[in-house]
Amino acid sequence: MRKIYADNAATTSLHPLVLEKMMPYLTTVYGNPSSLYAIGAEAKEAVESSREKIAKLIGANSPNEIYFTSGGSEADNWAIKGVCRALKKKGKNHIITSKFEHHAVLHTCKALEKEGFEVTYLDVYENGIVKVEDVKNAIKDTTALVTIMYANNEIGTIQPIKEIGMVCREKGVVFHTDAVQAVTQVPINVEEECIDLLSLTAHKFHGPKGCGALYCRRGIRPEILIDGGAQERTRRAGTENVAGIVGLAEALELAISNMEERNSRLTKMRDRLIDGLLKIERSRINGDRVSRLPGNINMCFEGIEGESLLLKLDFAGISASSGSACTSGDLDPSHVLLSIGLPHEIAHGSMRLSFSDDNTEEDVDYILEQVPVIVDYLRMMSPLWEKIKEEERNN
Amino acid sequence: MAYTEKVMDHFANPRNVGEIPDASGIGEVGNSKCGDIMKMYIKVEGNVIVDCKFKTFGCGAAIATSSMATELIKGKTIDEALKLTNKAVMEALDGLPPVKVHCSVLAEQAIKAALADYYTRQGIDPEPIVGKIQECDHDHGCGCSDF
Repeated sequence: MRKIYADNAATTSLHPLVLEKMMPYLTTVYGNPSSLYAIGAEAKEAVESSREKIAKLIGANSPNEIYFTSGGSEADNWAIKGVCRALKKKGKNHIITSKFEHHAVLHTCKALEKEGFEVTYLDVYENGIVKVEDVKNAIKDTTALVTIMYANNEIGTIQPIKEIGMVCREKGVVFHTDAVQAVTQVPINVEEECIDLLSLTAHKFHGPKGCGALYCRRGIRPEILIDGGAQERTRRAGTENVAGIVGLAEALELAISNMEERNSRLTKMRDRLIDGLLKIERSRINGDRVSRLPGNINMCFEGIEGESLLLKLDFAGISASSGSACTSGDLDPSHVLLSIGLPHEIAHGSMRLSFSDDNTEEDVDYILEQVPVIVDYLRMMSPLWEKIKEEERNN
Repeated sequence: MAYTEKVMDHFANPRNVGEIPDASGIGEVGNSKCGDIMKMYIKVEGNVIVDCKFKTFGCGAAIATSSMATELIKGKTIDEALKLTNKAVMEALDGLPPVKVHCSVLAEQAIKAALADYYTRQGIDPEPIVGKIQECDHDHGCGCSDF
């Protein structure tokens, strides 16, 4: 049976070249970068040259603006809690974010509400895009931080980050973006886009899991989140994940080197798949079709429930994901789908497919063959579909 | 979250899917907002449930529990069917993940709703026999109780 991995927004395969670069640091060069002897120094050199590489690739002024973390969630937590707690001492207690951020951001904001912060959750409208004007209007004297994701993890919509960055710069407000989904899929330059802090993680672009980074512009001093040793210029304690860091830099370089070519290929595949799936009656695409990550497809099929769709897709060899309540162990469907105005019953029937370098046009053909059959089957046994059809007949 | 082999079997090959055109009782529980609806059809001859079919909108566990519930009451007497519990459905499936227990409750309630409809059609008040049908055990203000 065909096997198609179409959940690259969840995580990606490790690129063989990345693994190759990581191997020495998992085997012979096991020294602690803080140690003085040769294999320690060699590890330290690997960490620092990776830092330099990453800084250049995202347009940072200096390698000293890159801090390694355990991943995207830690980078988000550190950026938001660190900046807000530091600025609270200066009387700033207001945060601006959007309704459809990743939980790493939303739950961090919720935690800060308990510490006395006021949080504005901006609308993302039907197209899943924050309005720059809304950001501008929400900023007040007490605003400590604006945090808006670069691209949404479920529906792939790309936000007007540069414009938001410019507004924040003009108003003198610190701006953080969770770019976990966007890095290597959208050209990013932190200087040109007025980004003060940016979170990224290696495993979304064929790097290893457990290693991410926070870009933090010189002059911005978030409070320390992880206390301990003097690593990361005393800002983030913990022995460096040397192999992970090397893998992160290598994966980033590889993925950016062929971004343009990949994006045009994936965009074509994405659009063909969306057009094909929209032929299924009572289906819809979620989020803006144009300002969208090249590999992201997020659709709803009325009358069916997402988890059963995923299980059926899995039987057919297709790995996908859903924003249905049942896949999250929650009672409510995805907050992202609700934030763009979908009613619960439609949001329950969602499916996300996300492509990477590993996917091909043949994958699109196979998915286009399988999904309509599965949707038909589930609708055939769905009393909700029966009702929908009955209403159709009555109107 | 992982399903047992039995749950996967009943999801992949659900038993008794469909409708009974001349059903003796039809019950429907759940609602679309919560993400699951179960509709049960029973055909009663004498005192025996000679046929039982279902249609379900819902997750893997919702489909598997519906399928198992129909298997458990088919060929049984009404009295036996009235004794069906969500626990029995769960046990027959070798267990359910904790977040899916409500699916088995829904399956039990769907059978009870079909039996209640059967009694109502006979001109018998079902409540003293079947009890109150609980259409949703969700506690998140979804308004299920208004249905």
